Amino acid sequence: MSIVVSNVTKRFGSFVALDDVSLEIPAGRLTALLGPSGGGKSTLLRVIAGLETADSGTVNIEGTEATNLPPQKRNVGFVFQHYAAFKHMTVARNIAFGLEIRKRPRAEIDARVDELLKLVHLSQFADRLPSQLSGGQRQRMALARALAVEPSVLLLDEPFGALDAQVRKELRQWLRRLHDEVHVTTVFVTHDQEEALEVADDIVVINGGRVEQAGTPDEIYDAPASEFVMRFLGPTTHFEGHVVRPHDLDVFSIAVRDSVKAEVTEVQRVGHEVRLSAKPDSASDLTTVSLTRAHFRDLEVGEGDTVWLRLAQGASQIATEAAR
Amino acid sequence: MGKAARRLIVVIYLLALVVVPVALVFWNALKDGLGPVIEALTDPVVVHALQLTLIASLVSVVLNAVFGVGVSVLLVRYEFPGKRALNALIDLPLSVSPVVVGLSLVIVYNVRDGWFGAPLASLGIQVLFSLPGIILATTFISMPLVVREVVPVLQEQGTDQEQAARSLGAGGWTTFRRVTLPGIRWGVIYGVVLCFARSIGEFGAVKIVSGNLTGKTQTATLAVEQLYQNFNQAQAFTIAAVLAGAAIIIISVVAALRVRVERRGA
Repeated sequence: MSIVVSNVTKRFGSFVALDDVSLEIPAGRLTALLGPSGGGKSTLLRVIAGLETADSGTVNIEGTEATNLPPQKRNVGFVFQHYAAFKHMTVARNIAFGLEIRKRPRAEIDARVDELLKLVHLSQFADRLPSQLSGGQRQRMALARALAVEPSVLLLDEPFGALDAQVRKELRQWLRRLHDEVHVTTVFVTHDQEEALEVADDIVVINGGRVEQAGTPDEIYDAPASEFVMRFLGPTTHFEGHVVRPHDLDVFSIAVRDSVKAEVTEVQRVGHEVRLSAKPDSASDLTTVSLTRAHFRDLEVGEGDTVWLRLAQGASQIATEAAR
Repeated sequence: MGKAARRLIVVIYLLALVVVPVALVFWNALKDGLGPVIEALTDPVVVHALQLTLIASLVSVVLNAVFGVGVSVLLVRYEFPGKRALNALIDLPLSVSPVVVGLSLVIVYNVRDGWFGAPLASLGIQVLFSLPGIILATTFISMPLVVREVVPVLQEQGTDQEQAARSLGAGGWTTFRRVTLPGIRWGVIYGVVLCFARSIGEFGAVKIVSGNLTGKTQTATLAVEQLYQNFNQAQAFTIAAVLAGAAIIIISVVAALRVRVERRGA
């Protein structure tokens, strides 16, 4: 284990940001802390970095008891949502900062900075000031700056949160490839489930100051531990007293075994998919089903028609709070 | 009202209030040629007064720069009880009349029964009617200027860069020196320049505290008043022109700096 967090609690006044959180983060992997805003994930990352002190509990990094170490002694690289670029220094000086603090020889610093500039594709911008870079370039610079000191863990706090959608997608794939090259234990905070599912080796879902579930993306998606996790990772609907995914429901125009009769109340076309709202005879709630356009055409049904719904094989489902 | 008319009113207002009087100071100083000016500037009393003002102002500026930056960091980066009171206290010198400041210093630092004055006197240190008193009064009067310039710049800078420096291995002092200070440097320079301008022009508090002893504790502004009242107009106008000239240079520097600061902010 690279990072071991044990029973950490952190309060801001009467607000409990972290409630007795324990967590182990394996070495050499890319882990996402996923959850809604205000759920405590950034606070947890900052506690690991030493930028916040926990009220109780311990943090161990690479076998070193780090709970009472100041941030500058923890050897962690930290990347901030808003880059935190040193505005008065050039890109190269920004990246060299940590090495200069460590009083490495000039030749070694220059060589390392060159190498990192290449790694983050900013070689031609070495002498620019951060204000002359785009958001994506600034964040790549910040990443190189954090990597320069060869940290034992790399922590990224909503690293792509301030970027527009297109750059965001490019950068997260780039982060994945970078991690495959560099292999440093990396933890990043995000509220975007797609980002977590696409990039991370492991996902830790955090909500209300607690860990809801930890596991691989497949485990989290296929076997959510709670209704919250299920809802947070994608669209859900109600069916037969369970929370299920709208694409995990099969729709038939004739009665089949184990199916439920329902009346179509609304048909909505969204890009490549069609969303049917249907009211099962047995329930008061509407069920939403998502279909491909081709499948919908084959069904030949419209609003007011009768259909039969059945849960697909292997679908994840969780009993609703009310049913339990 | 037309644009031209509005502009004309502003111009007349500034001319009447600022430009003409200041210009007349220079005109009066130079109306009999350079002879009287050179004569005045070689007079030991005048030279001493200008030197005294320069020394007192420089020391005040250094003190206020160091404490001003320190207090600003305290006010912006830390939470502590009494912070609002401290914040309000910083502005006191701007709102209290300099004469009152001078009097209060006399009460505290007089040798007979002053709270600080009597103990200091027994150590052989005299504050009133000497250089320390003049510096004290000047520093007090110009204290808020650095703080008020630096606080907003520090707030705008935020703590992200400092935290980044920490995570990269920098200690508190290194972070301040290499990240915080360079980030606020234009604010500090701007504050220092304003502080210097205010210091060389200080009159009321210094007059009470210094005793106004000619050739000993008489600063430039005090000398102007006394020389003028003694009908030594040539000398009075020469010193006044020197002070006004210094102020004009300082204002030009400030204007140039402001352009730089604003361009950086954009």
